[in-house]
Amino acid sequence: MNKRLLSLFVAIVLGFALVGSAAAQGGGKLEIFSWWAGDEGPALEALIKLYNQKNPNVEVVNATVTGGAGVAARAVLKTRMLGGNPPDSFQVHAGQELTGTWVVANRMEPLTELYRSEGWLDKFPKDLIDLITYEGEIWTVPVNIHRSNVMWYVPAKLQEWGVEVPKTWDEFLAVCPKIKERGVTPLAMGENWTAVHLFENVLLAQLGVQGYRDLFDGKLSWESDAAKAAWTLFDKILDCTNPDAASLSWQQANDLVIEGKAAFYVMGDWAAGYMTTTKGLTPGEGFGYAPAPGTEGVFNMLSDSFGLPKGAPNRENALAWLRTVGSAEGQDTFNPLKGSIPARIDADVKNPNLYNSYLQSAAADFASNALVGSLMHGAAAPESFLNDFQTVISVFIATRDADLAASASQALAEASAR
Amino acid sequence: MRLNADRLTALAVLAPSVILLAIFVYGFIGQTFYIATTNWQGLGAVEIRSVGLQNFEALFAGSGLPFFRFREALVNTVVFTVLFIAACLSLGLFLAILLDQRIRAETLFRTIFLFPMALSFVVTGTVWRWLFSPRSGLNTLPTVFGGAALPPDQWAWFTDRRQLVTFTWADASRTVVILIIVGLLVFAVTAALRRRPVQALIVGMIGLSLIGWFFLGGAFEALGTVVRPLHGVNLAMVSIVIAATWQMSGYTMAMYLAALRGIPEELREAARVDGCNELQVYRHVVLPLLQPITLSAMIILGHISLKIFDLIYVMAGGDNLRVDVPGIHMYLTAFRGNNFALGAAIAVIMLILVAFVIVPYLINAFRTEVRR
Repeated sequence: MNKRLLSLFVAIVLGFALVGSAAAQGGGKLEIFSWWAGDEGPALEALIKLYNQKNPNVEVVNATVTGGAGVAARAVLKTRMLGGNPPDSFQVHAGQELTGTWVVANRMEPLTELYRSEGWLDKFPKDLIDLITYEGEIWTVPVNIHRSNVMWYVPAKLQEWGVEVPKTWDEFLAVCPKIKERGVTPLAMGENWTAVHLFENVLLAQLGVQGYRDLFDGKLSWESDAAKAAWTLFDKILDCTNPDAASLSWQQANDLVIEGKAAFYVMGDWAAGYMTTTKGLTPGEGFGYAPAPGTEGVFNMLSDSFGLPKGAPNRENALAWLRTVGSAEGQDTFNPLKGSIPARIDADVKNPNLYNSYLQSAAADFASNALVGSLMHGAAAPESFLNDFQTVISVFIATRDADLAASASQALAEASAR
Repeated sequence: MRLNADRLTALAVLAPSVILLAIFVYGFIGQTFYIATTNWQGLGAVEIRSVGLQNFEALFAGSGLPFFRFREALVNTVVFTVLFIAACLSLGLFLAILLDQRIRAETLFRTIFLFPMALSFVVTGTVWRWLFSPRSGLNTLPTVFGGAALPPDQWAWFTDRRQLVTFTWADASRTVVILIIVGLLVFAVTAALRRRPVQALIVGMIGLSLIGWFFLGGAFEALGTVVRPLHGVNLAMVSIVIAATWQMSGYTMAMYLAALRGIPEELREAARVDGCNELQVYRHVVLPLLQPITLSAMIILGHISLKIFDLIYVMAGGDNLRVDVPGIHMYLTAFRGNNFALGAAIAVIMLILVAFVIVPYLINAFRTEVRR
């Protein structure tokens, strides 16, 4: 009996070893790592299909890790990268999430050569190229652009209540009590990260484009009067939000606006995708949109992108994938389904069969507005800062202590700059 | 030790699990201790430097909000553990006594009460998140009977921001330190009275040196620098306790029920013959005999509550300060904030907390086994 057990054990161990070595050999494979499943899955699948048309012999492994707005996926990715088992290409927000976490750590391959050979250098906006450049090299291929500073509402409801769309936060605070009287929440908010999302747009309104950029470049202190004023303003705005915010996902907070239980909602333009695709509403009629108060003429952007990690097992296939991702055809395949606009300036955005009226207006703003990078979505600040900043927001919501929040933010900025 | 065929087989069979445990449990615990004393941040191949106990010092006495958050999580864990264990024990005992009355369909009820334990905390968390959602969950229950729904800002459940008893970290840690010192000294004195001079000397020295460190070494002043914001007993924690109790009280009931069945009927009879009424039978015969089970249950529930992560993460999200616990804070610090050293330090503190619960139990169990 004992001998039999022993031989069984040996067989199991050998079995694992064999399976392990078989997986390591591979060949003709490409593993794409992302957190796009559910509503966003079809867009990625369409892009993979396009890739397979061009590279029919490559077997694509679509590795998605869902949950936590990418937090779970990024945790898995980090353990894989630290363990020396990188995917061939992975989704990453362009900006500090890419640079501060991966490029600085020397885990990525530069892609400047790819941009030269494909003639992409003048096909992406210059501000975007700057965002993905570090020490003279380009590190990733952006596939889309989302806008953070959008305020959503339902035009018919506003008419019914006799409320105008506020252009500044002062106008909003003036109309806030009037909306409250009707038993309606003036501004919908969801769990903690949506509060950070709201705050970055309050900050942008308060500081303006240059001040916002200076703040994240370390040229402006979080303890300056201008930055402190953003916290005081945020405090007043929080009084106009729903008390149960922490229990709602971003979609549930969006539903409050659709159902007429809340008047406005500041959220990125994936909300447009949610309202058109999932809720079947028409842009402009079923739901309206305006730049978040005080941010007209500014495009607060974030961009999903794909990079090439060092030690990717199928490097050639990964490069072919990046060529598909960066091509105008690839971007026009992906973005209408994802509900975002293409990062390339020569994509077919004017085509109404592909891009609806909201996306067309966003594309027009993207081409003409000043661009800044989103804080919550990885463009403006490194992950170490953003992680602790979510604690700051969480503490601020509970305590409403502006001085404490300002000094804590400054301490974080200094720690992450070190 | 002689090596014969039997021993060889025993060694061969044991060796794999011993080696695997040594590497994957104790090896990595050791590595976590090591990482906790470094400055490892980020994912680069940068040089990792040893910084001694700086991370721990920052967690307990640092003035930054991330450190405040750790202390808030620690306070929350203590509150949660106390409420959760108390609720599980009392509810479990109550159900067990009810089931012990030789009622009909006992198996059915036992299954019903025990069933929540078969679910994972993730499922429990999702369901109770829906139930406690202030706008749509239990708050709308009165509408079924024609009443008005409870107002979501007053019945906020896990989104509640109110605190009951508030105190500063400095006061709390001082109180804890004083309690520990007093405890040690009392232990030393009792040991001396029982004529155990070695024990008395060792424990007494530890207590006295703690006094010296805190009062003369300035550790008290260091703790005193952190006053804002306040910690407290958070109302939001109540909903987490309810969800966790719903899941684990059935298990406590099963333990108590087995123990109740193990109490010989003769003992109860004897008590009744001596003139006890039913209440007195429980008070003087049954409950004292249940004491070992209570201890086991406390240890099992205690290590669950000290390590809890999934239930709260699913139910209230990762950044809900009022129900934050060290497990969530550790995960976010290490894997979202890339601060692996600080994450490891939090993990070490969690391990020590759990060890406080487990080690005395193991020692006790080991002693009884040897005695047998």
